[in-house]
Amino acid sequence: MAEFLFEIGLEEIPARMIAGAEAELERRVVAMLERERLVSDDVATRSFATPRRLAVWVADVAEHQEDATEDLVGPSVKVAYKDGVPTAAAAAFAKKAGVAVESLKTVTTPKGEYLAAISIRQGRDASEVIAAELPKELAGIYWAKNMYWRAGRPERFVRPVRWMVALLGMKPVKVGFGGYEAGDVTYGHRVLFGEEPIRLKSPGEYEQALEKSFVVADVEVRRQRIRKALDKVTRTVPDLRWREDEALVETVTQLTEWPSVVLGGFEAEYLTLPEEVLVTVMRDHQKYFAVEDKERKLAPYFLAVLNTQTDEAGLEVIRHGNERVLRARFNDARFFWEFDQRISLKDRGELLKNVTFQKDLGSYAAKTERVRKLASGLAGLVLARGCELNPVALDEAALLAKTDLTSELVKEFTELQGVVGGLYARAQGFSAATADAIYDQYKPVSMEDSVPRTAEGAVLAIADKADTIAGMFGLGMEPTGSKDPFALRRAANGIVKILAETAVALPLTLAEVAAAACGQNEALAAKVRSFLAERLEFYLREARGQAYDVVKAVLAAGAEDVLDAVARAEAVTAVRGSDDFAAVSAAFKRMKNILSQAGDKGVAVGTRVDDLLLSEATEKALSERSAELAGQVATLRAEKNYTAALESIATLRPQVDAFFDAVMVMAPEAEVRANRLALLDRVLGDFSGIADFSEIVTAG
Amino acid sequence: MQAIGEKKAALTFQELLFTLQRFWADQGCVLQQPYDVEVGAGTMSPDTFLRVLGPKPVRIAYAQPSRRPADGRYGENPNRLFRHTQLQVILKPPPVRIQELYLESLTAIGIDLREHDIKFEEDNWEWPVGGAWGVGWQVMLDGLEITQFTYFQQCGGMDLDPICGEITYGLERIAGFLQDVDSIYDIVWAVEPDTGRKVTYGEMRLAEEEQFSAYSFDYADVTKLWEHLSLYEAECLNLLEQAKTFEEMDALKLKRFPVLGAYELALKCSHVFNLLDARGAISVTERVGVMARIRTLVVGVAKIYAAQGQQISELAKK
Repeated sequence: MAEFLFEIGLEEIPARMIAGAEAELERRVVAMLERERLVSDDVATRSFATPRRLAVWVADVAEHQEDATEDLVGPSVKVAYKDGVPTAAAAAFAKKAGVAVESLKTVTTPKGEYLAAISIRQGRDASEVIAAELPKELAGIYWAKNMYWRAGRPERFVRPVRWMVALLGMKPVKVGFGGYEAGDVTYGHRVLFGEEPIRLKSPGEYEQALEKSFVVADVEVRRQRIRKALDKVTRTVPDLRWREDEALVETVTQLTEWPSVVLGGFEAEYLTLPEEVLVTVMRDHQKYFAVEDKERKLAPYFLAVLNTQTDEAGLEVIRHGNERVLRARFNDARFFWEFDQRISLKDRGELLKNVTFQKDLGSYAAKTERVRKLASGLAGLVLARGCELNPVALDEAALLAKTDLTSELVKEFTELQGVVGGLYARAQGFSAATADAIYDQYKPVSMEDSVPRTAEGAVLAIADKADTIAGMFGLGMEPTGSKDPFALRRAANGIVKILAETAVALPLTLAEVAAAACGQNEALAAKVRSFLAERLEFYLREARGQAYDVVKAVLAAGAEDVLDAVARAEAVTAVRGSDDFAAVSAAFKRMKNILSQAGDKGVAVGTRVDDLLLSEATEKALSERSAELAGQVATLRAEKNYTAALESIATLRPQVDAFFDAVMVMAPEAEVRANRLALLDRVLGDFSGIADFSEIVTAG
Repeated sequence: MQAIGEKKAALTFQELLFTLQRFWADQGCVLQQPYDVEVGAGTMSPDTFLRVLGPKPVRIAYAQPSRRPADGRYGENPNRLFRHTQLQVILKPPPVRIQELYLESLTAIGIDLREHDIKFEEDNWEWPVGGAWGVGWQVMLDGLEITQFTYFQQCGGMDLDPICGEITYGLERIAGFLQDVDSIYDIVWAVEPDTGRKVTYGEMRLAEEEQFSAYSFDYADVTKLWEHLSLYEAECLNLLEQAKTFEEMDALKLKRFPVLGAYELALKCSHVFNLLDARGAISVTERVGVMARIRTLVVGVAKIYAAQGQQISELAKK
């Protein structure tokens, strides 16, 4: 057994692709070694990645494969022997199996007598196997964007390969890829260590050797160093803290081999620009962390993560350079902000006629009109149900929602669409309700993002998304498989998330949203509705962590009211652990099966339960008790007290168990049978309003 | 705050250009003069756009004034220009140490890499009108994007083999950085040797920025621009049509066929389009259509350039 190390050195890999590739390389290398019988399935491994390298280390790799035996079946005996003499077919099979013709055996199969042999595959040296197999794994790694770089275009990869290390114990393994053959030489940090080759004696010294060459190869170690450095550098100014931003920490971790942090500042006058603009410039364009004061207000500082290490004088130079760039960027933003004020949002409405939303769906002016109508329809529904909402502010917001697309600031910082409109609306004297709704219209942009803060914002966001979905579905541009170029799933996820999480509960069903967006087109509305229902299922599983069977059970009992579905799912999850509930679920499943078999066989089911036909004590008990409980459960259900309702259903267990122990449902007498089936049907019907328990997976 | 300026005399704008040209000439690049038709980027010069096509190795470097009418700010914005200067380096096939060579060029212009933070951040380049794209990086120096680094993959809709490495330096950005000035117009372009008087970028170029911003935003005659576009387009299409008879041409006629002339006409169209765009004369609906028209020209020229080269080499074999 020996340790194994593989490293591939590349020109800078795009930061966003590193984590996935690191994991995939590790997975592929280990799977290959397992397949080749060179490691056990619990072998210890580690992976490393920096912008210039991906690496994997494996603890115990056999230096030689064990021989393997394989049972082979060959041609039929009839073909293999003519008059007892082996034919060419027999010889070919013997050769393939690597045995002499005389030692071939025969086996009897349903199709007749066939030749058979036990072939022994000789184990090969691990280095030979790895050299042959690893290049295929490298070529198979997924990259969001590939390139060619060598003449003749022999391979595609994320960026040109610059070196490879493959060491099995102390010995290099001749893995060939990208015009290189792997050896024992790696390289350190571009600037701090230079082009000096680093010769590795063994896989185990990899991490340390790189550390000495100004490379932190372990991503997690690098991340923690960056976090610590951010803390430490921020503390040099009292009462400051850096604004947590996990995604940015990840990005800068993948942009550096030897990170350090510098604190820079900017003139306080820029703080008059909206915080959103400043933070976007810093985070998205410069990859700087924003800094805030004790009151969590933006402070005139920023933190830049460097890929180098320098002394105080060097740091001063770097700080100065970064400050210069940021100042220029802020100046630009201020220029755009002031420039944009020359045309009010109201006047920009006209300009939207020239901005295409989608070629068959018309301009943003046309979309604006559709969204206004849709939003006002939805507002009417929620108002009628007693929800508080300002319809005037909502309409104003819908009217102005897209006008910021014509502003210079949004053209420069597209990620600030909506936000800029909201800020301009506030600056131009519109009400907070209007401005906030515009500001929040694109929310939530992901499953992690928050939902609009107000009812007006929520309705506008739903209307905007539903209009896009309905429009695209109408053109037949539904998402298929992994293809969703218009991000319609994200839009639908957003609608579900808003309905589930908005602070002011919006009493709207998915069917109502779909119908409002699709007008008279019922077929389209049905499609959109089922698309939204799919996203509700996704939401319950992914965002709420509900088990697959619970989601199925709950949605089978109704997939329209999002809030209600969430509450029911949570209640089911809360009680599903109890023995009584599990037993009742299992019994319900049995009832459903019996009823469905009866249906298949055309056995009659009574239309109602006739008490006079109930002969056995246990069936009488079940009928009486379930009727009593049905009332209770209906009341609890109406109060949306789902957990209590479910607990109450679970108390039916003794009667259910006793019934199935003593009663044969499929009694010979047709009347009795039909009555018993009617009883089961009633029980199922009475208690399946919260969830279809027969979907719940129960042990045993 | 003068740390950088005082430490060593920063290169003037023209010294920066000399030094980079000298550096790449020493690496075997032929120094070409700027192309004399309006282009939006150094990539659009035929020395890049056409030379990346075909199998012939190329090493070439040139400064290219690049016009982007919509980026004009009447000389009022310290960071934006109607016309900026790119230094374009074309290396086909790319040498193995292309990144290291690039870093050495930074050292040559006085940037001690140990005192700075340098990163190669993903940035892929695309010119849909030219059917051209590549992958690469923006090179960030202390947070400032100073260079675009691209491995060309396709041009004129054709796969490239060999691949071409392209390094595009933003000379104003780099000069501003080296001289530590906050406005492009304060960049020292040259120093008069006898008097020591500094000639600034503003002195050399401000009037041009002011007047061309005014021209492209306020004065350009939209009707005439549309006519220019149609005229250049018609002439280019005519040449593309004639190029269909390459196979019937004798060697002399073939090699004299003005593919390069057709390319200039396509570039003219591209520039006129940019002017119309800056003038706000192209509605969104029209935009797609006009871009498709120009794409027909640019991609068409790339195709006949490749075909001409192919046909010439076939005739030579015979």
